[in-house]
Amino acid sequence: MSGTNLVDQLKAKFPDQVTGADLEAIDPWIAVRPEGLVDVCRFLKEDDQLRFDMLSCITCVDYFEPDEKKAAKVPWDPHLEVVYHLWSVPNKVSLVLKVMLPRWKDDTEGELPEVPSVAGVWRTADWHEREVYDLSGVRFTGHPDHKRILCPEDWVGHPLRKDYELPLEYHGIRGR
Amino acid sequence: MATVEDPRIVEFDVRTDEMLINMGPQHPSTHGVLRLVLRTDGEIVSETTPHIGYLHRCAEKIGENLTPRQWVPYTDRMDYLAGMNMNLGWALAVEKLMNLQLPEKAKHLRVIIAEMGRIASHLVGMGTYGLDLGSFSPFLYAFREREKILDLFEETCGARLTYSYLTPGGATADLPAGWLAKCEAFLDGLLPVIDECHALLTNNAIFVRRTAGIGVLPPEMAIDYGCTGPVLRGSGVDQDLRRDGEEWYTHMYDGYAFEVIVEKDGQYPKDHEYPPIPEAAELGDCWHRFYVRMLEVRQAIDLVRQAIDRYSTASGSYGEPIKLSQKLPKGEAYLETEAPRGQMGFYLVSDGSSIPWRVRARSSCFCNLSVTHELCRGVLLADVAAIVGSLDIVMGEIDR
Repeated sequence: MSGTNLVDQLKAKFPDQVTGADLEAIDPWIAVRPEGLVDVCRFLKEDDQLRFDMLSCITCVDYFEPDEKKAAKVPWDPHLEVVYHLWSVPNKVSLVLKVMLPRWKDDTEGELPEVPSVAGVWRTADWHEREVYDLSGVRFTGHPDHKRILCPEDWVGHPLRKDYELPLEYHGIRGR
Repeated sequence: MATVEDPRIVEFDVRTDEMLINMGPQHPSTHGVLRLVLRTDGEIVSETTPHIGYLHRCAEKIGENLTPRQWVPYTDRMDYLAGMNMNLGWALAVEKLMNLQLPEKAKHLRVIIAEMGRIASHLVGMGTYGLDLGSFSPFLYAFREREKILDLFEETCGARLTYSYLTPGGATADLPAGWLAKCEAFLDGLLPVIDECHALLTNNAIFVRRTAGIGVLPPEMAIDYGCTGPVLRGSGVDQDLRRDGEEWYTHMYDGYAFEVIVEKDGQYPKDHEYPPIPEAAELGDCWHRFYVRMLEVRQAIDLVRQAIDRYSTASGSYGEPIKLSQKLPKGEAYLETEAPRGQMGFYLVSDGSSIPWRVRARSSCFCNLSVTHELCRGVLLADVAAIVGSLDIVMGEIDR
């Protein structure tokens, strides 16, 4: 199935949820609204033809330029992108889903943006979402075990945010 | 006054309630710094919780501050038992973003190196697995052979573990003169050792009792948890990215003759003589995961031999590494390769400068390990080591 077909099919099935697509990219991607993510994912997994039964990877990309001079030149507004790389074992095809999020919920700094968890669709998402929460600071609503996975549980901040600052001290260990 | 013979005291002495046992992070059979918290009822484990992160070195954050070639050494330190294969995965992802085509000779060189890396990695996996289950000799034989591969790798790039040999654009140097002959001699010498290892482990009664029917991973569950590599194929799922992956990766193996090592109708590919499957073994158990690795070593030997033939006659060069501060095109690329432990994915986002905006490593062991709590439910305490060992994890890749 070609990318255009899939986008049309998704748009027909979820008219309000598909917000954009780039089929010319190296890995063509489709963007969906956070509210519709779980339904779209369940459809992609359970549809008889598509059968995207494996979730390869979840990544969060922080689009934010901390340097004010450079920030004036960047072509995007600050935001987060959560990228889902899907794979179909029977069809041997991949697909990229994206969800665009604000950097902070309600623009309140420190309040993590929210996206529904897909751990109920693919169990891979359980650990991957924990990692994204841990390192990039995104809250996955409905996640069965929402806590840090790589950093210690009492770590402060989310290191893969572009404005992250290394703590000066952690349990008596000096940073920087 | 109560005496020791009093049955009430004896009863009180034997605790029958559940107990939490901490295994690791410095336990020899957890293969590195994995920590498992086990809830046990006597000898039976009712719940297993893995705790990871002890080897987290912020590799992805570092990648946002270095150019792709500068980051190559960090990929070595992910799966440090298969550094060459990590280099290859990263190199291919960067080349995919740059749309950089390689000369024929460079591709065959990469197949030689990647498959030798697979042999080295599986030898460690197999040897230490025997060690986990109390069998010492196969470990020594496997490491003796692996040492020879490390010697060969040392000749190509000077390093024994952290190679940084395959880089975006090709490799840092051509294979030295006389290397191919040494490599072929090594492969000839490896064949009888594989038979020895089969004799010592594969159909060894004790080994079979410890692994057959233990930790059965159904294929649906394996896919659901994103398990890949020998763990997935050990459950009977027919997927190997060298055949099924993206064109950008599979073209390396175009024209190579190999069959994916997976059980079909109760049989593995019959390209060579292998010891039979014991009756007690069940598809998806520890024994099958081990067997798939053993068969992949044999398969890799064939692949290296084919690659040597092609490399010797191929045109072009071994490739030219890209410049240290090469500007990257704007865009993003994701590529998964079949590393020894599973599908290793690299994702990079570029804003057009020489330093990627975001680097992501999709770890195969991370997903393979996440299924532990399902496999270790209701098993004997001793089987936990057998199950974790059969997943063949490397913590450097899980924690990154």
